Amino acid sequence: MSTIPKGPRPKHLTVGRIGLYCFIIMCALFFLMPLYVMIITSLKDMDEIRAANILNLPKELSFYAWPKAWSQACTGFVCEGLKPGFVNSVKITVPSVIVSVALSALNGYALAFWRFRGAYFFFGLCMFGAFIPYQVMVYPLLKIEDFLGIYSSLPGIILVHTIFGMPILTLIFRNFYASLPIDLFKAARIDGGNFIKIFFYVIIPMSTPITIVAVILQVTGIWNDFLLGLVFAGRDNQPMTVQLNNIVQVDYGVAEYNVDMSATILTSLVPLFVYFISGRWFVRGIAAGAIKG
Amino acid sequence: MPFYRNIAAKIALLPMIVISLTVFVGCIIYSFVYSLTNSKLVPVMNYVGFDQYERLFKQRKWDVAVENIFIYGFVFTIGCLIIGFLLAVLIDQKIRGESLFRTIFLYPYAMSFVVTGLVWKWVLNPTFGLENSMHMWGMTWFELDWLVNRDLAIYAVCIAAVWQGAGFVMVLMLAGLRGIDEDIWKSLSIEGVAKWKSYIFVILPMLRPMVVTAIVLIAAGVVKVYDLILALTSGGPGYATTTPAMYVMENFFSRANLGQAFAASIIMFISVVCILAPWAFYEFYLRNKYANN
Repeated sequence: MSTIPKGPRPKHLTVGRIGLYCFIIMCALFFLMPLYVMIITSLKDMDEIRAANILNLPKELSFYAWPKAWSQACTGFVCEGLKPGFVNSVKITVPSVIVSVALSALNGYALAFWRFRGAYFFFGLCMFGAFIPYQVMVYPLLKIEDFLGIYSSLPGIILVHTIFGMPILTLIFRNFYASLPIDLFKAARIDGGNFIKIFFYVIIPMSTPITIVAVILQVTGIWNDFLLGLVFAGRDNQPMTVQLNNIVQVDYGVAEYNVDMSATILTSLVPLFVYFISGRWFVRGIAAGAIKG
Repeated sequence: MPFYRNIAAKIALLPMIVISLTVFVGCIIYSFVYSLTNSKLVPVMNYVGFDQYERLFKQRKWDVAVENIFIYGFVFTIGCLIIGFLLAVLIDQKIRGESLFRTIFLYPYAMSFVVTGLVWKWVLNPTFGLENSMHMWGMTWFELDWLVNRDLAIYAVCIAAVWQGAGFVMVLMLAGLRGIDEDIWKSLSIEGVAKWKSYIFVILPMLRPMVVTAIVLIAAGVVKVYDLILALTSGGPGYATTTPAMYVMENFFSRANLGQAFAASIIMFISVVCILAPWAFYEFYLRNKYANN
């Protein structure tokens, strides 16, 4: 089986194969259609959108919608476009990702190597938390944050993302560390390493692959979040997804579908960019973090 | 074991323990306690027994929400499983451009629910959307007015959700298919079993753990569905596509009817537990039991 056969390439293109390719290409077209519609709609002007087929390519390119979506489109009475939302999303995502990944790596490390009685009980509780619908926790958590004086603020939303990211991230870090050879850890112990030293000098240098997976998972997850941003970020820190929804769902004025679609593309650029450059890592993240649902 | 042994690990896990207890457990207790009160704008300790639940079950809107979540849960889960499995099988046929197709089928999963909702809202737009395209191509009998049709709007939500989630199931299934032993395929082809029969009657039963995991993860996500519907239909037309999550959020934040919201959120929580409990029992208890014997 392992030797490469000599002679001409066998003809694989039977009728069945052609049918297979036709079918899979049709599936691909279905999956691509919304992205295609989004892009071409954003490049048409409103007259053409009203007159022509939604699936037709634009007769002439119009770049009116993009700058408008970015900096002028209105949400309620404010007409600053998505730019503030983008800035807010960056301000929310970057610290949330750093804090939650660091904390979860530490958790995973402690759970994998420094077990103590009851540790796994609390870990089980924490995993259980990954499945509880946010709606059950949103209001009491809001009260807790209000009590702490961080409700409706940047630290408030960062804390919430850290909390809700923790179960799944802790799980993937723990699983990764549990797969490392235990002898390595024992050797480090014999050499006199303590909890902190082993973490910084032995574990962290080995954690690059799993950290990439965790960061991808969190960046896309937090960027795409809507509900938590809506409730916890406060009016001044609303993330891009919330502003996008506000821009598109305005009740008054003429709907500008090209602006709406530009805004939609702009909002999904970051996760799509992460997805397209990270490919396999993203898939690993899904497999590892399958629990996120 | 003395308390100070392993003290560093205990301190490291302290945030996780505190969060598990206060947020995951505490919030549920808080919600349950206040679901037994007649709190309106602010939580007050005014015990009324299970009145809120009784009132909840009498609400027509809640009935609609529950009905919708069943339709959505059924169609979305089955749709994702069938399409995800089909795509995985197609990709498993040693086709050219495998990674390109995989990228195409999975990219929607990287996008936000809000984005998915808004794109499909535009594609299914009754005036300018696909229906119009079909009419322009001469298929005037074609009707796609789902978004404005009370009975069909929830299926529009299902389409958008399947479009986004099918790639996720594909990834899980593909991992399973790649783990199937070559020898099984060899013996199947020696026996002369048709390929599609092999997939359905031999391979699929072998993938049962993957299928079960996929179902549980999807079902636990179904209960939470909120942003997608908010973006796509805002719960409309009327309240035809409202869901329990929306009912909860409305009563918390726009109707100032906290007691109702708490009661409804507790029902959501119980339904998630009902989905998870049999699975968790099987995964963590039965499997360990048989593994040890």
